[in-house]
Amino acid sequence: MKILIVGGGTGGTILANNLARRLGSEIRSGKIELTLLSASDRHMYQPGLLYVAFGQMTPDQLYRDEASLLEPEVDFRVDPVEKFQLDQNQVVTKSGRSYSYDILVIATGSRIVPEEVPGLSEGAETFYTEESAVRLHKRLMEFQGGTVAMVVSIPHKCPVAPVEAMFMLHDFFKSRGIRDKVTLRYQYPTNRVHATANVARWAKPEFDKAGIEYETLFNLKSVDPVNKIVYSEEGTEVKYDLLIAVPPHRGMEVVEQNQLTQGGWIPTDRFKLTMNGRDNVYVIGDATNIPVSKTGSAAHFESEVLSANIVSRIKTGASNPVREYDGKVYCFIEAGFDRATYNAFDYVNLPDLKPPSKSIHWFKVAYNQMYWTSVRGLL
Amino acid sequence: MAENKVIDACNTFCPGPLMELITYMKQASVGDTLELLSTDEGSAADVPEWIHKVGHEVVSNEKIDGIWHIKVRKTK
Repeated sequence: MKILIVGGGTGGTILANNLARRLGSEIRSGKIELTLLSASDRHMYQPGLLYVAFGQMTPDQLYRDEASLLEPEVDFRVDPVEKFQLDQNQVVTKSGRSYSYDILVIATGSRIVPEEVPGLSEGAETFYTEESAVRLHKRLMEFQGGTVAMVVSIPHKCPVAPVEAMFMLHDFFKSRGIRDKVTLRYQYPTNRVHATANVARWAKPEFDKAGIEYETLFNLKSVDPVNKIVYSEEGTEVKYDLLIAVPPHRGMEVVEQNQLTQGGWIPTDRFKLTMNGRDNVYVIGDATNIPVSKTGSAAHFESEVLSANIVSRIKTGASNPVREYDGKVYCFIEAGFDRATYNAFDYVNLPDLKPPSKSIHWFKVAYNQMYWTSVRGLL
Repeated sequence: MAENKVIDACNTFCPGPLMELITYMKQASVGDTLELLSTDEGSAADVPEWIHKVGHEVVSNEKIDGIWHIKVRKTK
C-alpha cells in the first residue's frame, strides 16, 4: 500500500506525521509506504508574515527545515510534482521520477496572483510573502503621514487578516506618535466590514473607536500607481499615499496546469475531502474549493479527519469514512498590539466572538511558537 | 454560449455566501447565470444589494425548503 502526499505545508505535514505515528509498525515492516513530496526543503509559518510587516518578528523566525518536523517513518523528498496522472494512479516529478500510489493526498496550497488586478503589483504593498512583508515594514517605518488604504481582493487566504492589519496599523502609528497624522481607510468587498456577520458586528464599533474609516461593497478593480488612486468594480475610487493590498489567490500552478481545478481550486467533497469523481484522491487545505476559510487551521482539522479515515481504511478495511470534516476552523484575531479575540465555527455553528483580551493576545504570541509542535501533529 | 452555474454556499460562515458569489462572478463571462444556494438569512438582502450596486442583474430570489436560491446574471 502506497500513500503519497503532495505538498509540505501545514496540512500535508500534519497528515504525514499523524499517519506515521498511527501506521508506524506497518511502515517499518514494509506493508505501507508513506511518501511526502514537497517543492521546498523549508517550512514557513505563514501567519508570522503579518508580524514581520509590523517589525514584531524577523523572517528567520518563520522557518524550520521540513525534514526536522517529520517523523522518521515519512519518506520525505524535495521533488516537486509536475504531472498528475490520476487515471494511472501516479505522479511525475521535476526530477523525472514517477511515484505510483494507492492513496493520493493533494495539499499543494495556494499562491497570490496580484497580476490579476491591473496596477496592483506596482501600486500596492502586501504581507503575503517574506519579501513583501519586509518591504511593507520598511514603508511603514518611513511613513510620516497621509492616507494608508487597505484593499481586499478575493478569494484570499486568512479572511481575518485585513481586519487584524487595520488594528495593528492603528497601534503601530500610535506607538510611533503619529497616529493623528495618519488617515486609515479600509475598503472591503461585502456590505459589512467583514464577510462573517458576527465578526463584522464586533469589528465595526472597534473601527469606530479607533477612528478607522471604512467603505464596504468595494471590490478591487484596478490601481493607478502613478496618481495613487485605487478603483472599485462598483465605480468608486480612493486616493492613497500608501496602499496595502490583500491580493487575490489561486491554487498552485501545477494543479491548474494538470486541469484538476475549476476557477483555480480543486472540486472537493466538503465532508469526505475526496476529490470529486475520485475515491482514492483526497484534497486538503487551501487547494480545495470547499467554502471554508483558506487557513492553516482548516488544513489542520481536515488533516486530522483524513488521517483517521485513512488509518481506518488500512487497519479495518472500512470503505466508508469514520469521520467527516465538519467545517471546523479556529482563528485568532489580533485586535492591535496587545489584545486579541478568536473566531471559531463549523458548518453548523456560527462564530461567537468574545471581547478582545490581553490573555488571548498572549496565547496567540505563544501559539506563534507552539505552531512547530502543532505541525508535528502533537498539539 | 452563456453558462448556468450553481454555487452551494449552504452552511458556510467564513468567508460566507456573498464572498463565494463574488469569487465566482469574477470568473464568469458576461451573460452567465449564477445560482447561489444559501442558508444564511442575510443573503436574501445582501446579495441583491451588491448586485444592484455593481450593476449586474437579479433574476430571482426565493426560499425553497429553508434554502435561499438567488439567481443572478453577469451583465458587464
